[in-house]
Amino acid sequence: MNRDARFAYSLLIPALVPVAALSAAPLIRGVFLGFTDARAGRHQPIHVTGLANYQKLLEDEQFWSAFKVGLVWAFAVTICQFLLGLGLASLLNQPLRLRWLARTLALVPWAMPPVVVGIMWKLVYHPDAGLLNEALYRTGLGGLQHNWLGDFTTALPAVILVGIWAGLPQTTIVLLAGLQGVQRELHEAAAVDGAGAARRFRAVTWPALAPVVLAITSLDFIWNFNSFGLVYVLTGGGPGGRTMLPMLFAYEEAFRFGHYGYAAALGNVMVLVILVLLGFYLRRRLKEAA
Amino acid sequence: MSISGPKTKTFKRIGQYTALAGYLVFLAFPLVWLISTSFKDPRELVELHPSLIPRHPTLQNYVTAFTEQDLARSALNSLIVASASALLTVLLALPAAYALVRFRTRLSTPILGWVLVSQLFPFVLLVIPLFLILKAVALTDTRFGLIVVYVTWSLPFALWMLQGFVRGIPRELEEAAAVDGASRLQVLRQVVAPLLAPGLVATSLFAFISGWNEFFFALVLLKSPELATLPVTLARFVGVEGIARLGPLAAGSLLATLPSLVFFALLQRRLAEGSLAGAVKG
Repeated sequence: MNRDARFAYSLLIPALVPVAALSAAPLIRGVFLGFTDARAGRHQPIHVTGLANYQKLLEDEQFWSAFKVGLVWAFAVTICQFLLGLGLASLLNQPLRLRWLARTLALVPWAMPPVVVGIMWKLVYHPDAGLLNEALYRTGLGGLQHNWLGDFTTALPAVILVGIWAGLPQTTIVLLAGLQGVQRELHEAAAVDGAGAARRFRAVTWPALAPVVLAITSLDFIWNFNSFGLVYVLTGGGPGGRTMLPMLFAYEEAFRFGHYGYAAALGNVMVLVILVLLGFYLRRRLKEAA
Repeated sequence: MSISGPKTKTFKRIGQYTALAGYLVFLAFPLVWLISTSFKDPRELVELHPSLIPRHPTLQNYVTAFTEQDLARSALNSLIVASASALLTVLLALPAAYALVRFRTRLSTPILGWVLVSQLFPFVLLVIPLFLILKAVALTDTRFGLIVVYVTWSLPFALWMLQGFVRGIPRELEEAAAVDGASRLQVLRQVVAPLLAPGLVATSLFAFISGWNEFFFALVLLKSPELATLPVTLARFVGVEGIARLGPLAAGSLLATLPSLVFFALLQRRLAEGSLAGAVKG
């Protein structure tokens, strides 16, 4: 090894050793544990059980329920964030008054710890001391009052709305940054050439915006699918498992019942889902990194 | 831009402002409610019809939140864990980022790939083995254990971010210093590091926020209440509800948001970019 390389590695290794030891290695180990019967407790022998965990998952009604809730939650939140975010980004791209206020306020949900977002919305949905029920009462809609987070039919939609609130500003600001990257001259030239708004969006805006859209919706989906703290605080997965996201289910399996292997298997299924849904995007990003 | 009459234009403006107002209300109302709740006294909280503006505003909830040992201690824990992990992250990332940019090594691509790949895995896959490893070396239920976890988790992103800043430093400066007889480490310490100051600040702020806001690892890895970080303690308070407790809870929640909010305001310009790198989780 020459001196340059030795110097380079001496600078790199202090950073790489902890990452390799405490995130890469454990992740690989975590994937492996998903094929074992690992349990909490001292000196528990670990046996490789092949696909037994997955067979059990397939027959586990709670898993199916959590899986479905997780997909509904992740798709609903991601899609709403994207559609509303795109609308808002094009709105904020116009010379409107109060635009600065929208951009400043947008920082709050983004910076807030997820636990605090959960607490705040618990106060909004509170059956007695909550803003929502009181607002309904004052506007003569008292008949619509609900125990929003405790009711089987409203819990999941209520939680999804919080998810949207928490992530919408971020998606909006990123899309706005993308829109601002679209060249104004191109737009104006197209307008002069007689292209209508829809045509201009398709021919000028979209090609420039598409990579940003792909990146932010993919990341949003991954984050939402793997989300934990927000719903943990809001409902803890209840009522009756109606808001039990896959991560909450895995957390309970692992740290309440000590079923490490089973929880890891669930984690593996989640990775698989993300790979199936977003494989094309990930491959592209990895190629860019290379 | 297009040819449209003044009337359609007015309608368009009205529509735009209505949409903007809707967005602002949606963003602001839960916050206003949180702030309002934090200023209500316990008697007002149990009233049948709560009002938006507290009738008898009081700072009592803030005093309770501050003096109640748990919250103050947890805030201190959060501060220690987040600052230490931010500092360590930057100290380790700075030389590594420099090496990634200035020397060709076979590690560059895997490192950048890792920033992306590490995003995919649900934390449960990571936390079980981590818990076992930390237990084996008696680091579960210690602040140090949590700090180490946070450092490894923010390092890949810190590397990604800092190397962008290193690229912005002209090589000639370093070469000039080398000609003047500075050793390579001196060049790094005395020429590169000062020029990277803005990048180091931004990176450490990101690392601080992610440690300050983090919940899952802190929940699993720390068991003693004396060590719990702020999000964990706040989440525990939610369990022991009782309407009268909502005031201090709201006050504590607002205080817990302040540091991240201030830092985010400082980072404003870099936020969109950071998101796309997958660094700033919403």
